[in-house]
Amino acid sequence: MQVTSPVRPPLVTGGKNYHDVTNDVCKPVESVPSKSWVVALGIALITLGFGVYCVGRLLWDGIGMWGLNKTIGWAWDITNFVWWVGIGHAGTLISAILLLFRQKWRTSINRAAEAMTIFAVICAAQFPILHMGRPWVGFWPLPLPNTFGSLWVNFNSPLLWDVFAISTYFTVSLVFWYIGLIPDFATVRDRATTKVRKIIYGVLSFGWDGAAKTWSRYEAVSLVLAGVSTPLVLSVHTIVSMDFATSVIPGWHTTIFPPYFVAGAIFSGFAMVLTLMLITRVVFRLEDYITINHIESMNKVIVLTGSIVGIAYLTEFFIAWYSGVEYEGYAFLNRATGEYWWAYWSMMTCNVISPQLFWFRGVRRSIVLTFILSIVVNIGMWFERFVIIVTSLHRDYLPSSWAYFKPTLYDVGVYVFSFGLFFTLFFLFTKYFPVINMAEVKSVLKSSSENNTRTNKH
Amino acid sequence: MATGKNFLVGIFDDEDVLIDSIAKLRNTGIKIFEVYTPFPVHGLDTALGYKPSNLPIAAFLFGLTGTILALTMQIGMLGFDWPMDIGGKPYIPLPSFIPVSFELTILLAALGMVFTFFIISDLKPYKIPYMFDKRSTDDKFVMAIDLDSNKESSEVITKLLQETGAIEINTQKVD
Repeated sequence: MQVTSPVRPPLVTGGKNYHDVTNDVCKPVESVPSKSWVVALGIALITLGFGVYCVGRLLWDGIGMWGLNKTIGWAWDITNFVWWVGIGHAGTLISAILLLFRQKWRTSINRAAEAMTIFAVICAAQFPILHMGRPWVGFWPLPLPNTFGSLWVNFNSPLLWDVFAISTYFTVSLVFWYIGLIPDFATVRDRATTKVRKIIYGVLSFGWDGAAKTWSRYEAVSLVLAGVSTPLVLSVHTIVSMDFATSVIPGWHTTIFPPYFVAGAIFSGFAMVLTLMLITRVVFRLEDYITINHIESMNKVIVLTGSIVGIAYLTEFFIAWYSGVEYEGYAFLNRATGEYWWAYWSMMTCNVISPQLFWFRGVRRSIVLTFILSIVVNIGMWFERFVIIVTSLHRDYLPSSWAYFKPTLYDVGVYVFSFGLFFTLFFLFTKYFPVINMAEVKSVLKSSSENNTRTNKH
Repeated sequence: MATGKNFLVGIFDDEDVLIDSIAKLRNTGIKIFEVYTPFPVHGLDTALGYKPSNLPIAAFLFGLTGTILALTMQIGMLGFDWPMDIGGKPYIPLPSFIPVSFELTILLAALGMVFTFFIISDLKPYKIPYMFDKRSTDDKFVMAIDLDSNKESSEVITKLLQETGAIEINTQKVD
């Protein structure tokens, strides 16, 4: 086993042994759903139902149902797309980058964070597909033989890069997540008391038997997947930012976008992981696995990435003035003082000022404040995308085309749809899948649990 | 799975005891069929004398295939099959082709390696594995020794297992 510094606080508290880990994590999977879970799933399903109605109307009547106009052709839809993709960055970051950095605290949260990633990317994908107006021809961005016209897709277009980036990211994240789930499905299978559960988890576990040879290969696979996922996770939001950065619209045409978007994505992703984990740990009694130290570590990442985002905002502003480009200067001044000043200052307050509270240890270790701030951060990050997209578009080059965007019920409804979809998937996940990676937690238990059996036995 | 064979199965409840036991058994010349653990135990593969997996090499080759495929596709489509004049720029603008080439490299490397892993480890949805002891996916470490391929008698190995800390020992005939 590895040597872990004795000054480190334990990763798993409560003096758990291997069997306790199995029992605690499998309990929600094996027991009758709790009342609170049923109520939560019910609310999610009602939300999803309303969303499906709005999406149905939107598809039937066309995207004229949205509040878009000829000046502002991108608004809530693309805002929501970038927001969800950003949230979807934390999972792979936690499981890949923290694995390469040997950060063992990731083992308790990586499963749920990866699930969140996958569901967030599913939600994100709804928006560009719906914005096409005709989702049934949504396969046109694929490089298919030109029986649909005379041209191939344009590989110079960042929107096409996005198709490849998002679908690769989704596939690789899904595979990474599933590889980690296989040994835990086998645990559930071998504990199963009912025939149905035995068959379902038997199929899901792919006949895993835990042989040393397979584990050795499994670790090689995990390490390589982490290695390829790390540049992948950074590339995805880089490419999303290029949707804007490669255009000539003032406010979008900036080279700072790729690193600034990636930092913002990690920032919002960690905030969303915190929001979800703070609820999950209480509902499923996993406080010994997701401890206050885990929360503090994540808050440190939030204060770091939040500060990077803050510096990026200021740099943008400075460069807009320093470049001497009149259009750029106006675009930024208009953001802060124009018709959308309220969106800009909501963004500044939520993203730059409030996360600075995490410099205080007391705030980092307070569950209530962390929960509130994690939601504030995600509100701020939604406003960031809204500010970038809408304020840059609404002042066109000709004053006669200047416009203002007002959302309709269907803008809101499709956003609500994505929430319904996300939470329905997430609640189903927490009930039917082991929410904590049991095998990985067991592998760090001995070196860092409170009752260090190693010193007792030898 | 080896069928029609007799196995001696030793069960351990501590991975460090297990690794010490493996070392002693292997030093005596006993061949261990396989060890089943609930989580990846560090140092277990070296203790059993397993070579590091070649899967990373497979991943590299799949990745290389992805790069070549992506570049061939993009250069073929936009450079030769239907060249397009976009603002007087070159027909084959390599910097524009980097993102898609990168993504397909990763996609093929990841999928190729994972499917190779499934095939060589015989993991498939309809497989029902033979479990020597079901607790090996919970909290126990299970060592299986194929009696037919070892010269030592069952009694000798049982005694060795007991001495090195196995908490339970039994024999199983797999058919």
